[in-house]
Amino acid sequence: MPVKIGVPRALLYYNYFPLWNGFFRELGCDVVISGKTSKAILDKGVKMSVDEACLPVKLFFGHVVDLREKADYIFMPRMVSVERKSYICPKFLGLPDMVRYNIPDLPNIIDVTVNMSRNEKNLIKSFTEVGRLFTGNYLGIRKAFQKGLQEQERFERLNQLGFLPHESIEQMEKGLISQNYSPSHPGKLTIAVVGHGYNIYDAYISMNLINKLRDMSARVVTPDMLTNDIIQDRSDELPKKLFWSMGKQMIGSAFHYMRSQSIDGIIHVASFGCGPDSFTQELIERYLRRSRNMPFLNLTIDEHTGEAGVITRLEAFIDMIQWRRAAQ
Amino acid sequence: MKVTFPHMGYMYICLKALFNYLDIEVVVPPMPSKRTLSLGTQHSPEFACLPLKINMGNFMEAYEKGADTIVMAGGVGPCRFGYYAQVQREILKDIGINMKMVVLEPPQKHISELLIKVRELTGSKSWFDVVRAIRFAFNKACAVDEVDRIVHKIRPREIETGAVDLVLAEAIKWIDEAQNKKQLDEVLKQAKNELASIEVDYSRRPIRIGIVGEIYVILEPFVNLNVEKHLGRMGVEVERSIYLSEWINDHLFMGLLKMKGNKSARELAPPYVNHFVGGHGQETIGSTVKYGKEKYDGVIQLMPFGCMPEIVAESILPTVSREIGIPTFSLILDEHSGDAGVITRLEAFVDLLARKKEINDETKDAEGAFICADI
Ligand code: SF4
Ligand code: SF4
Repeated sequence: MPVKIGVPRALLYYNYFPLWNGFFRELGCDVVISGKTSKAILDKGVKMSVDEACLPVKLFFGHVVDLREKADYIFMPRMVSVERKSYICPKFLGLPDMVRYNIPDLPNIIDVTVNMSRNEKNLIKSFTEVGRLFTGNYLGIRKAFQKGLQEQERFERLNQLGFLPHESIEQMEKGLISQNYSPSHPGKLTIAVVGHGYNIYDAYISMNLINKLRDMSARVVTPDMLTNDIIQDRSDELPKKLFWSMGKQMIGSAFHYMRSQSIDGIIHVASFGCGPDSFTQELIERYLRRSRNMPFLNLTIDEHTGEAGVITRLEAFIDMIQWRRAAQ
Repeated sequence: MKVTFPHMGYMYICLKALFNYLDIEVVVPPMPSKRTLSLGTQHSPEFACLPLKINMGNFMEAYEKGADTIVMAGGVGPCRFGYYAQVQREILKDIGINMKMVVLEPPQKHISELLIKVRELTGSKSWFDVVRAIRFAFNKACAVDEVDRIVHKIRPREIETGAVDLVLAEAIKWIDEAQNKKQLDEVLKQAKNELASIEVDYSRRPIRIGIVGEIYVILEPFVNLNVEKHLGRMGVEVERSIYLSEWINDHLFMGLLKMKGNKSARELAPPYVNHFVGGHGQETIGSTVKYGKEKYDGVIQLMPFGCMPEIVAESILPTVSREIGIPTFSLILDEHSGDAGVITRLEAFVDLLARKKEINDETKDAEGAFICADI
């Protein structure tokens, strides 16, 4: 029986799942993903974590609990850094420790450190370390790593075409190898939703934000549809380099969409109590107000956010944009 | 040019000394107060960490007093501190406060980077003067720390409540006013003498508590509601995981000086926290382990609301508490923490430790129960 590797459908799942999935499958492992976020999953996570933790971390706990009985290993790399001189967030640095000391009866945890802040070649070292848990065949590990990278590349290309990451993952599971045209989502307006993948693509956590916007006949674009070059370029406008990769993505995409004539409004989604968001949101809002009068809505979500309130605010936001248009 | 800087405990003494030494005019912001806090909170992002908000208030109050340049430390992450100045600059710009911001980024490769930046501020001063000024400022930090350490020991034992705090206030003033190394040495000696002449009861065996957590809230009495003083007066001897001079050494001098610093604390953090998590998260755990091994009676973690590294630490602290057998208490501070509530909770924790100590003293060999109060 192949070894079952559990991957929590939370946090960086939305950024790197294809890489991990490609790697483990090529190695001959089965990959089990935790269920879609539900109240039960969230509640379990909330119960096991400290009050002060941000919602995404609490939710991650819930997904880990969900995998407890389903997998032989749970994969939760310590994601220190995914590019030179940048970090993700202090909480990612301590994540495996927080999980280990708060959730009882866990299967084995694979908490290899991924730290590319000094050297981007460190990635292969991390994967080799993981691979060696299952095989002594270095060539096989290398091949699996290459496979992972390929999948990741395909994934990113699909995202850039306009698929949302979770849609790309679904498409890839269905066997879509590549495509060279964008998925069509007709709409009268285009709204940029700027926020961490684990907030905006998790339908439960985001209260189905993206689908609601689509229902209101808005096209949705997100930071993941932009290339790294654009993100880098736009975020370089800050006087000092931002040292959070995701923060940079938020700033870069907001700055980009802010100037784009085809965007009608920006919705920024932040988690309650998120450290990096508190800064990036502030910068985005200030730059936006100075440069252009673009409609901007800030949604802060926590476990108590009510769906009704969000809908009301979204509707008001979309109405406002439409009035503005009519008045022009 | 009139230079100002944010408050962090007695840090102002060092910075004032540094700039005065270099003939740079200084505006020390008014001591943090309710007003500082409310000014700062009003203009900062809601979820920014508490130190950023109080810094903002400091800047605004210093501006009112005529300051036009801010000197502020920087950083390279992963925590927010390294980006404070950037966010603060944008806020000040939007509210029409035009101040120049000079950010002292911690040196990456060599301490000379720091010297270069300080010299840029002074213009004409020689390297020799710059080095001497930095050394003098650092001497002041060490002097303050030395006094603080003694005070921690005397407070729980003083016969007349408040005696030590009178001397402390005087001593701080003297250190602040000392113009050169010779004067500094003299006043330090005098301060120590005065402290030594305070009437104390050495037969007392005070409860010993280690204070761990985020550096700013540990060092700034205004935000930690003077926790050291309150504890001292409840008859507790406190020790803290980090002192001002150690922070300066670690953060700005690249740990060049051989001091206790936070490396030793970090080494004790595994297996609980196996990686640097930014800020002082690893030190919080490591120091707790250390205090546990040194048979302290308890540990208090001080953290600002939403502080990322301390949240990591907080969520692991119960395990450390259980395994090492030391009671811990996490005190989360934000702009709404009121004096009264905090003191009640501190008292409750101290009571608990006192009872445990009594039981332990009676049954020397019996293992005491452990508790992890998370209030
Ligand atoms: S980036 Fe924000 S939301 Fe994500 S783990 Fe860090 S604090 Fe939480
Ligand atoms: S250590 Fe805590 S208080 Fe300091 S910058 Fe980081 S989050 Fe803010």
